[in-house]
Amino acid sequence: MLSEEELQSNVSVASSPTSNCISKGGGLKVHNYFGLSDSSSVESSTLSGNVEDDKATISLKATELTLGLPGSQSPARETELDEKPFFPLLPTKDEIFSSSQKNIASGNKRGFSDTMYTEKNWMFPEAVATQSVVNKEVTQNIPKGQLGTLNNSSSPPAAKAQIVGWPPVRSYRKNTLATTCKNSDEVDGKPGSAALFVKVSMDGAPYLRKVDLRSYTNYGELSSALEKMFTTFTLGQCGSNGAAGKDMLSETKLKNLLNGKDYVLTYEDKDGDWMLVGDVPWEMFIDVCKKLKIMKGADAIGLAAAPRAMEKSKMRA
Amino acid sequence: MNYFPDEVIEHIFDFISSHKDRNSISLVSKSWHKIERCSRKRVFIGNCYAINPERLIERFPSLRSLTLKGKPHFADFNLVPHEWGGFVHPWIVALAKARVGLQELRLKRMVVSDESLELLSRSFASFKSLVLVSCEGFTTDGLASVAANCRHLRELDLQENEIEDHRGQWLNCFPESSTALTSLNFSCLKGETNLAALERLVARSPNLESLKVNRAVPLDALTRLMSCAPQLVDLGVGSYENEPDQESFMKLMAAIKKCTELRSLSGFSEVAPLCLSAFYPICQNLTSLNLSYAAEIQGNHLIRFIQFCKRLQRLWILDSIGDKGLEVGASTCKELQELRVFPSDLHDEEDNDTAVTEIGLVAISAGCPKLHSILYFCKQMTNAALITVAKNCPNFIRFRLCILEPNKPDHTTSQSLDEGFGAIVQACKGLRRLSVSGLLTDKVFLYIGMYAEQLEMLSIAFAGDTDKGMLYVLNGCKKMRKLEIRDSPFGNAALLADVDKYRTMRSLWMSSCEVTLGGCKRLARNAPWLNVEIINENENNDLMERNEEDEREKVDRLYLYRTVVGARKDAPPCVTIL
Repeated sequence: MLSEEELQSNVSVASSPTSNCISKGGGLKVHNYFGLSDSSSVESSTLSGNVEDDKATISLKATELTLGLPGSQSPARETELDEKPFFPLLPTKDEIFSSSQKNIASGNKRGFSDTMYTEKNWMFPEAVATQSVVNKEVTQNIPKGQLGTLNNSSSPPAAKAQIVGWPPVRSYRKNTLATTCKNSDEVDGKPGSAALFVKVSMDGAPYLRKVDLRSYTNYGELSSALEKMFTTFTLGQCGSNGAAGKDMLSETKLKNLLNGKDYVLTYEDKDGDWMLVGDVPWEMFIDVCKKLKIMKGADAIGLAAAPRAMEKSKMRA
Repeated sequence: MNYFPDEVIEHIFDFISSHKDRNSISLVSKSWHKIERCSRKRVFIGNCYAINPERLIERFPSLRSLTLKGKPHFADFNLVPHEWGGFVHPWIVALAKARVGLQELRLKRMVVSDESLELLSRSFASFKSLVLVSCEGFTTDGLASVAANCRHLRELDLQENEIEDHRGQWLNCFPESSTALTSLNFSCLKGETNLAALERLVARSPNLESLKVNRAVPLDALTRLMSCAPQLVDLGVGSYENEPDQESFMKLMAAIKKCTELRSLSGFSEVAPLCLSAFYPICQNLTSLNLSYAAEIQGNHLIRFIQFCKRLQRLWILDSIGDKGLEVGASTCKELQELRVFPSDLHDEEDNDTAVTEIGLVAISAGCPKLHSILYFCKQMTNAALITVAKNCPNFIRFRLCILEPNKPDHTTSQSLDEGFGAIVQACKGLRRLSVSGLLTDKVFLYIGMYAEQLEMLSIAFAGDTDKGMLYVLNGCKKMRKLEIRDSPFGNAALLADVDKYRTMRSLWMSSCEVTLGGCKRLARNAPWLNVEIINENENNDLMERNEEDEREKVDRLYLYRTVVGARKDAPPCVTIL
């Protein structure tokens, strides 16, 4: 049976030995790696001066790098512009790699990082930046937010803007996983407004589900849906309840069932606190709820104070 | 050897099946070339535009098995317009016309139409095997023709294709006399499935070894299928939204226990937890496990499952397994050869504290000595971890690391990841495929050019500083076949430095880089044996008509490939072939 990998690589285990010999016997033919030697090359004299400059800065010595094996030379050294080279090719000299390299540790040259992660203190060398960033093209895959931010527009920097084709996950996979998320919600989502998916987990359950809070209008509907999803669990665990749970979808059933078996429904709010569900108005609830969890009653004792706090804020509001 | 009659030489060649070796044989002498080509049964064409079907058939008249690939790899990530090309139809037309005795057709990233499938099904009497991977353009009607007309069909394997599901009766189209099926995979179909037809088909296919069903096959149907096919080796299950009741569960377990030959498990796109646990009895036999679509199973239950899988060689899983889970995998799955960890949280912004980090990667490398292929999506990485991994696993053939945030440095030192990847290429002398990510400078490419002698495919995104980076790779990696680059500052100097290099490569992809139209034009002029394609979805007009100023305009997407048949005629308007 053909797998992706098999289709991709026609595996030939018997690799031709000749090429290995040539490269090993090459010895000091380091210019092959750069393509900048006198013999071969680059009829690039008509192009930009980059290549010509390189001949000056890169020499044989640049290939002498020493590998820092763990223990001998810690890789987590202090940050330097001119890192000590790592890989031994010839008897060592400490020639630096290239003087044109800037800010290895601290910077990214391209505008992308500048816009995406403006909260980080990354250097932004102007010379290279202007070349790559200030272009008139709109055909780049990087979203327009990049240009906007550079011009100091009022739009806030996108925390993680959607880049076309990134991360490199096949569309088929993305679509399939997305459908899985939608299907977990037993109620049809409303077409117009954006869905508000939150994860629902239950102590002891081997899986978690996702529900779209916007598809319910009150706690009762949420209860019913959750009950449908998790009922068999409580039945399975407690055994004695028989077939009662599945048929009854009344509003209080979940609470009764859960409370009867010592479970409570809790949620994590925007501040990261765990609260009991049911104490605030529905609209406020869906606004602040980040996650849902069906906890054992014993675990939820610490939350007893929370409803009172919410009630106070409710009265204030 | 030249004193042997041709038939003897041909017989000797029969033992040589690898494409590379057969290609080498054909270069030895004219007579060997002739014997080889006339006896060649299997041909692999990595780029369907590198040659045309007529020349293929002329050279290999005895062709039985053809593999074709169409769109470039980055088409998987929506970087190639839908209408770009890769049509299989002309191939099928030509093969049919020449009465080639085609038995197997394997396609990847190609556009297939119902018409093509219908023609295929009617033209090749001995047709046995159809494998479609990441293809599109057809519907279940096309499948119906294949089912109905290919009397000797043994294998129908549909992997991750976009198929329009007409919810028809394609499964019913397999004639009652069809009993030769060994492999049936329709997991990517989105619609309803005729369960009765499926069950009858499976029941009359005693040689069926691989069965992968789609979401619409419910639990009780799966149980019945397994019961009448206990010889299954490879099973893909559907999705089950509801918990099974006690009786169904017992039946499922009983059926599973009978499948003593089962070695490979996949599917699970939405599985009730009990169903997963029903498979525990056969876990110890599994060599391949794909849980990468089981988005809703919590890490601890994934871990519990894997703990039973002591013979696992291939594992595809979501990052919800966490570092802890990978540590468990490392101590359990000593036979592991291939690992893929996919990201689970593609839509949410929330911080997933169970996602994997460098810790999991190091654990796996330490625990699994046979590991040779890895695809790893993670949120962070360090040089130290990569150096350790390189030391633990010098046998990597494929190493693909994707740090989700572009340009992310080593999170403990804030340095680039040059040294980490450098260690990987230096230690893994057999490395053939590499994908790099994170903050990377030109230096990593220096290392790659220096050490990655066997590297055939390299994927670069958001990396490098100057043209030197790309030059190191082009000059150093003698075996490079496919180079794909996006959002990196490589320009004309690198592109044009060594035009002849592209003779030795299948293709080069560059998108959102620094190459300009002028550079591409110059390349096309210097290399008439290349197709230099510019893809520009925003432009409707012909690029050639614009004035000289636009020579300096940056090219959005460039795809070039060697070809012996010149510019293709089926390019859409958004593609310009220079």
